[in-house]
Amino acid sequence: MRHIISIKDFGRDEIDALLEKAAKIQKLGSYKRTLEGKLVALLFFEPSTRTRMSFTSALARLGGDPITVDSVEGSSISKGETLADTVRVVSSYVDAIVLRHPKEGAALLASEFASVPVINAGDGAGQHPSQTLLDLFTIKENMPLDGIDVGLLGDLRYGRTAHSLSYALSNYDVRLHTIAPKSLEMPAGHMSELKKRGVEVIEHQGLEEVINDLDVLYATRIQRERFPDSASYSRVANTYRITPDTLKDVRENLILLHPLPRAGEISPEVDALPYAKYFRQAQNGIPVRMAMLEEVML
Amino acid sequence: MSTPDFAKHGLLISPIENGTVIDHIKSGEALNVLRILGITGTTDKSLSIATNVQSSISEKKDIVKISNMELSKDDVNKIALIAPNATINIIRNYCVIEKIGVKIPDLLMGVIICSNPGCISNSNEPIDSKFEVVDGNLHCLYCDNIISSDIANHII
Ligand SMILES: [Zn+2]
Repeated sequence: MRHIISIKDFGRDEIDALLEKAAKIQKLGSYKRTLEGKLVALLFFEPSTRTRMSFTSALARLGGDPITVDSVEGSSISKGETLADTVRVVSSYVDAIVLRHPKEGAALLASEFASVPVINAGDGAGQHPSQTLLDLFTIKENMPLDGIDVGLLGDLRYGRTAHSLSYALSNYDVRLHTIAPKSLEMPAGHMSELKKRGVEVIEHQGLEEVINDLDVLYATRIQRERFPDSASYSRVANTYRITPDTLKDVRENLILLHPLPRAGEISPEVDALPYAKYFRQAQNGIPVRMAMLEEVML
Repeated sequence: MSTPDFAKHGLLISPIENGTVIDHIKSGEALNVLRILGITGTTDKSLSIATNVQSSISEKKDIVKISNMELSKDDVNKIALIAPNATINIIRNYCVIEKIGVKIPDLLMGVIICSNPGCISNSNEPIDSKFEVVDGNLHCLYCDNIISSDIANHII
């Protein structure tokens, strides 16, 4: 039985195969209803409307049907039942489980108790492999994944999307540039893990010093609550505000990605420029999640 | 005639009839060893503890003798984490019947508490914590958290 828990479980070949499968699905659209008659439980223990809609849409396009729990509060799930028991029971209703949970490691635990495949749709500050795969997919749509300079911008301390993407990119020949304020730098443990995997990582604080050397700029949201006061927040938030002016001397092939929602890192005037790929990136979640669902159920 | 050992050590620790002797504990860790074995001040076991004893191997060492108790594999694994050079002698009828060198295992199940409060292994789930030992650091297989210092305080 195949689960999708962490991007760390994937080698380069497996990532490439999944991305190729997603590309094929995208080209052909919902051409065949490969999951007709299959039921998937979308167990969302914390709200994430976008991720849930994206999985629901992907499933529907393959002919499968979702079983969702509208509100975890008020259901037996919140009445002290363990996650282990929940997935054991739900396993007998469905063909796969898509799990979103506030605790790190919840998806791994679920996979140990479920009798059907589990797809991790985000566990706490931990793993969110579908996001990483759609990030990679969007890069690959625009350029090869080898020989590129990728900038990771914003909250690199707590931002799991950046951690996970950097880990996945370590399978490829990339140069990583971290761009973060001192207080939100990438954790030392993660940094040394990347270096151990042979990735060249260059640290920056200012965006202007590196932006013209990038092929990919992956911006993430800086959360206001990470800062002691609003003055220090806005100082940082404004440093990293990407406007058409910021982009005037960049490489022609630069793509600008963001896991969304954004909070002022990218001004709306940038949306019309050819560099802006973040809405396309969100859209790419559909073929990528279709490929993931097929991967575990077929 | 050479001076007998007990004279040099002033009979610091007397021999025991049955039980376990944990020798070559890193000096200062004896009380931690007792703590992770679940032995507290209210124990009814007969204990001898020697700290900062001169040792031929390392500068100084601690020794713990516990009467009428033989250590389990789990206990030995825990001791390995804080006293990697310890040797464990199982004593029956004043004789060493088994001498075990401790070795840190690659995988520790249910031995360590994860320091990440958001880790699923810290909630009310029917699972044991699961840590991989990499370069002397402990890596939580549930949440990816790494514990590299103060390991004694994370032992269950
Ligand atoms: Zn953990």
